[in-house]
This record gives sequence, C-alpha cells and structure tokens, in this order.
Amino acid sequence: MKDVSTVNVDRGRIPLSEQIYLGPIVRGLTVTLRHFMRNLFGHKDVATIEYPEVKRQYSERLRGRHILTTRDDGSLRCVACYMCATACPAQCIRIVAEENPDAPVSAEKRPKVYEIDLLHCVFCGFCVDACPEEAIIMSRQHEMAFSSRAEAIVGIDELRQKGPIDQEDLGYRPYF
Amino acid sequence: MTASRTETTMLPQPQVDLLPKEGVVAVEHGVDGHTVLTVEREHLLDVLKSLKETPGLDCNLLADICGVDYPERDARFDVVYHLGSLEHGHRFRVKVPVTEDDATVPSAYGLWKAADWFEREAYDMFGIRFDGHPNLKRILTHEAFHGHALRKDYDPSQRWLLTEENLMTPKWSTGEQKNDDHLDTQVLNLGPSHPATHGTLRTVARLDGEYITEAECEIGYLHRCFEKMSETHGWEQVIPYTDRLNYCSSMINGVGYALTVENLLGVEVPPRAQVVRVILSEFSRIMDHAVCLGANLVDLGALTNFWYFFQIREEIYGLLESCAGGRLTVSYARIGGLAHDVPLDFEEHVRSLLARIPKFIDDVDKLVTTNKIFRDRTEDVGTISGEEALAWGWTGPCLRASGIPYDVRKAYPYSGYEQYDFDVPVASTGDTYARYLVRMEEMRQSLRIIEQAIDNLPPGPVITDDHHVALPPKEKVYTEMESLIWHFKLIFDGIKVPAGEAYGFTEGANGELGYYIVSDGTGHPYRIKVRPPCFAIYQAFPHMLEGSLVPDAIAILGSLNIIAGELDR
Ligand code: SF4
Ligand code: SF4
Repeated sequence: MKDVSTVNVDRGRIPLSEQIYLGPIVRGLTVTLRHFMRNLFGHKDVATIEYPEVKRQYSERLRGRHILTTRDDGSLRCVACYMCATACPAQCIRIVAEENPDAPVSAEKRPKVYEIDLLHCVFCGFCVDACPEEAIIMSRQHEMAFSSRAEAIVGIDELRQKGPIDQEDLGYRPYF
Repeated sequence: MTASRTETTMLPQPQVDLLPKEGVVAVEHGVDGHTVLTVEREHLLDVLKSLKETPGLDCNLLADICGVDYPERDARFDVVYHLGSLEHGHRFRVKVPVTEDDATVPSAYGLWKAADWFEREAYDMFGIRFDGHPNLKRILTHEAFHGHALRKDYDPSQRWLLTEENLMTPKWSTGEQKNDDHLDTQVLNLGPSHPATHGTLRTVARLDGEYITEAECEIGYLHRCFEKMSETHGWEQVIPYTDRLNYCSSMINGVGYALTVENLLGVEVPPRAQVVRVILSEFSRIMDHAVCLGANLVDLGALTNFWYFFQIREEIYGLLESCAGGRLTVSYARIGGLAHDVPLDFEEHVRSLLARIPKFIDDVDKLVTTNKIFRDRTEDVGTISGEEALAWGWTGPCLRASGIPYDVRKAYPYSGYEQYDFDVPVASTGDTYARYLVRMEEMRQSLRIIEQAIDNLPPGPVITDDHHVALPPKEKVYTEMESLIWHFKLIFDGIKVPAGEAYGFTEGANGELGYYIVSDGTGHPYRIKVRPPCFAIYQAFPHMLEGSLVPDAIAILGSLNIIAGELDR
C-alpha cells in the first residue's frame, strides 16, 4: 500500500486512574454541569427552537413552495415553454399552453393550466434553474399540509405571486 | 490544482505480464483507469483466483458485483466484477457475458466473502444465477416479487404484494430447537421497525438465553429502485436521487456521482468548485459521524452526547442550507461543478463553525472516551480482524478500525485531496470501541482539511463553461440569443455523455462509495450501479452476531452505521 500518514487511535488497556470510575465520572459531570449552568444563567447555547412559536430564519436560498411571478400588468411571466416540466426529475409539473391574445409579440404562449403536484415534488429547484423567463421561483414557505392528494396539486391561482414581489417570502431564485 | 478526475484515472497499472491469459478474450484500458478484462465464463473462477492470488496482482478487495442487460446482444447479460488491490493500487473490471437461457456463473463467494450479497443482488435484479452460492435468494425485493427489476424489459409500473406467508423466514428459524441443556431456544425479530435499528432493518436471530446463536438479516424495506429510475431520467436529473442514498451526508453522494460522470465526459471542474466540494463534503462527513456516534451512544444509554452532536449537525445544516437551499437533500453538486456560487458570508460562516465544532467533540470525548462503563460495554464487542473485514468488502472507518489504513482520499486522491495535509486514523482492535475512536478522530481530521481548504479558497467560476454540460449563466440566458439556445438545447436534450463506462469511487462517510455508470450515448444513463459502502459492511453483521449478547447486537449495529437509504437504494 502507498505510504499514507496515519494516526493510531488505540488507547491500550484501561489505566488504573480510569479503573476507578471516579475521575472520568467527575470529568463527565463537569461537562454536563457546565452546559447546564450556562444554559440556565449565562448565554444560552441551545440548538433547539420552540417551534412553532419561534421559527428558524432560513437563508434566501431555501427551496420552498413555488411562486409563479407576474409582470407589472399582473399577467404571468410564464410563456409555457415546458422547460421546467422537462427538467423536473419528479415529473410533477403539468402545463397546458394556449395562445396569448394580448401578447406584445404575436404567437406568444401562456399557460392555460400550470399545476405542480407538491406531494411528488422533491423541491430540487431544477425548474427554477430551467426557466428562461424567471417565471417560476421559490419561496421560503415550507409548511404545507393537505387533507387530500388532490388538494396537493396546486394550480395557477394558488401559485401566482400575491402582491409586489418584494413582499413575498422569497427563497431560491436565480442570483441568490 | 487543475486535474480533478484525471488524477484518479491515472490509477496505478498492473504489470501486464502477470495478467491471466487463459479464458481472457479481451484486455482494455478503461477511461476510468481500470484494466478491463472480458472473460469466458468457463475460466472465470481461474481468472478471479489468479487476480487475487498472483503475487504482484493481489486483488484483495472485491468492491462490487453487478449485472448489465443488453437485450439486443446474443449474450444478453454482462456480469461485472470490480476488484482492487490495496497494496498496489491497481483496479480491475472483469466482465463475463452470459446468455439469457444459461445465465449462470460460478460464485466468487469462495474467494471473497464480499460476493455474498452482491451476487444475491445480481440474481434478484437480473436473474443471473451464481453456482455454489450458499444462500442465493432475493435480497432487495421480496419473495412474492415476479421478474427481475433491472432487466430492460421489466415494466416498473407492476406491483407485487407481499403477504405474511411469503415473509422471509430462515430455514433454521422454523420448528423447535433445543440447546445442549435441552432447553428451548427462541427466535427473535430485531426490527424492521425498532428504535435501535435506525432505519428499516430486520434481523432474525435465534436466542439461547441471552446469546445469539444464529442470525440472518433481511433488507430492502427502503428499496426505491434508484438504479431503475435513473435509467429513465437525464444524467443531471439523477442528482436529486443521489441525495437520498446516504441521506446523512447527501453532499458526498452528489459529488461522487458528478465526478464519475465528469470522468466519462472528460470535463474539468473549476478549482473553486473543487474546494467548495471538499469543504462541504468534509462537513458532511463530520455530520455523518456525529449522527452515527450520537445514535450509537443513545442505544448504549448515553443520551447527552446525542444532543451535543446534534447541535453540530444542526449548525452544519445551516451552512449547507445557506449554500444549497436544502438541508437534508442538498442537490448542490452539478455535473461540471456546483449549482451556484457560495454565499458572500461563506468564509466567515465556515470559520465560525470551525471554531465551534471542536468544543462539542471535546465534550463528548470527555464524557465517553475514558468512561469505564462505556469501554466495558464496547471493548471486545463485535470484533473483526482486518483480514476478515477486507474479505467481506469492508471499507471506510470500520475497516480502518481493524487496522487497514485504506482511505480513497489518500489512495486515489480526487478533487485535490492530495494537497491537504491530514492523517488517516487507524485502530488495531477492530471492536466497537475502535470504531468509535476512529470516527472521533476522523471528525478532527476533517476539520483540519476544511481549515486548509478555506484558507485557499480560490476565486473564479464554480461550474465549467462547457455548455454541452452546464447551463449558461442566467444573466446571459436572459440577454443573449446564443446562450438561450444553449440553455434550450441542454434542457431538452440533456447532457450527452459519450458511450462508454466508468467506475468512479470516492470516500463516502461509510467507506468506498462507487458508481459504475454505463452510457450508450443517448441523454439517459444506460445503467447506474451504486456500490454502497454499508451494503458490504452489513452483510457481515449476522455473522458477527453469532455468539454475542442481544444488547451487544445493538451496540455493534450502531457502530457499523448502516444507512438504509444507501443500503437498499
Ligand atoms: S422543485 Fe424539482 S421536483 Fe419540484 S417542481 Fe421543481 S423541478 Fe420539479
Ligand atoms: S415557468 Fe418558465 S420554464 Fe416553465 S413553462 Fe413557464 S416560462 Fe417555461
């Protein structure tokens, strides 16, 4: 075998000082006591969060529920090009395209149906990467509960951006 | 600091004149640096034996056995063996073509015990029979399953219902049995759903009092057809699937997969991406070890350590999430680099973790390492010698705990591991305590690697600019026609990996994580076989149990760190 630098971690036989439990037990108790005291009186260093009263602050890259963004006039930016549906590894995006009558460029399309099955979705963000229009982005919304499978299939109305974009809880999107 | 995979493709080569000749139809040199032998079935055992026993070849590690289906060929199946020599470093791929009507090859179990479960898997998935195998039956699917799932003509939409009468029952577990004192022994099921199995693992054991006299494992409860599903997806789309192999360290899986595909494509990964991959992989390794040790200690009744370790894990998840956008399933690696650059505060974040993590490791160290109760509980429990561990195909921390310092990062450096100064922890006793010690030290060594990596984080892009492989940057897609066309082409056609095959292996948290990929030049993988490290490790488990106490079984199981996601795929 190629000579590799190794470090031996063997500890050999239990030395007498450890045979009598006392030393290690006291040392162990000091550790737990230190944690206890600090968390009780000093600066709290606990990783647990009292969810749902307290919520974790996630980064702006968190891949949560999708948002279909809109233009200034409130129409969807999506041009129904099917790229997101093609890139989706879970095949959970269903799009039906239609002609956009009031498009600036003629023959531009828009989605008549745009559905994501959130129970199939693996929240990988590939749809966001695939979209050439920044029409689909993700929010930090990750608490989702449904009472039926059908309810988990969300359409344009549920996904559409609600107000101005900076008031959404923005998560994963290009550049972030 | 340029070569990424090319480093590994320059594996040491075996001496040509030592190679077996008889029955060898072809000798090729694979793009992955393996020596590829195509062998006639009649001579397979002789060839394997001479690869193992000829001095100078000494292939002591059987890494993997799998099947590949080529329905249009006369000899429909290839049985593929991956062998390696820890001493000389060379690697072999041995391929044996067999026809569908006579899909039988001799079992390699007599040469390497590692063949046990790998052969069962090839039997299960392809219907290839292994003559002389001691217990050839299905492994990932159940007894009521019809057909062989990885054959190309198997329709994956079929469903097979397992009823109680088809449950796996070892022959010895039925009927009464008496021990030497004419007292009844009893059969006990450990798992599949038991808090101490940390996943869905079932072990059937025969108990004589508190002692286990016989045991057999059943796996496959978490089988999600990863390999079958990847055949219907694009190369890139497999990445989210790899997250779900060893889900305790998903980053490492994605990187390993990407490296293998990059090898076949021949693309270079930018230096910055390599360093970030290393940093996040090492953090993932720390997390994985922390979970393993934390859980193992809980099983032994030491709950506090679990909290200290889980705090580390929580904080590392914070880092991963700030980079990748996901905590558990990061999907951060891409073929050719990374999904996007790290956030601006990355360096600061890494340094603050570097400052914090050692404290928690030290705390656990103080609580446990010298504690006599813990030592008594784990020393001489689940002992396995280095030789035997290697025969079973063990790699990773478990093998190093038995005294064999095999670490892919050292033996076949990738992603620039050769530039980092770190040591490989080894122990000699091979028991549960040794596995604990090795993992503890590995966490510290990983911190050392991260420290060096973060000091030398180069600027620059994080993904290749080859637009046959990677999407062009978004701002260009929005503004430039050419980039939009590249973007469009890549999304709709997928990455076209040239026809060929490669076996890529990296050091996963549990050992050698291998991907054997076969491409036929279309946009989809033709075959992806994962060599999960804990699959090889777990097959030795029932044998380790014989003669041990029931509570020891729990201690041993925890120290092996069996992750059902990668075990069952
Ligand atoms: S996040 Fe992934 S799985 Fe979900 S819709 Fe987008 S591409 Fe599909
Ligand atoms: S969301 Fe984007 S990628 Fe998907 S169809 Fe609309 S424009 Fe195309």
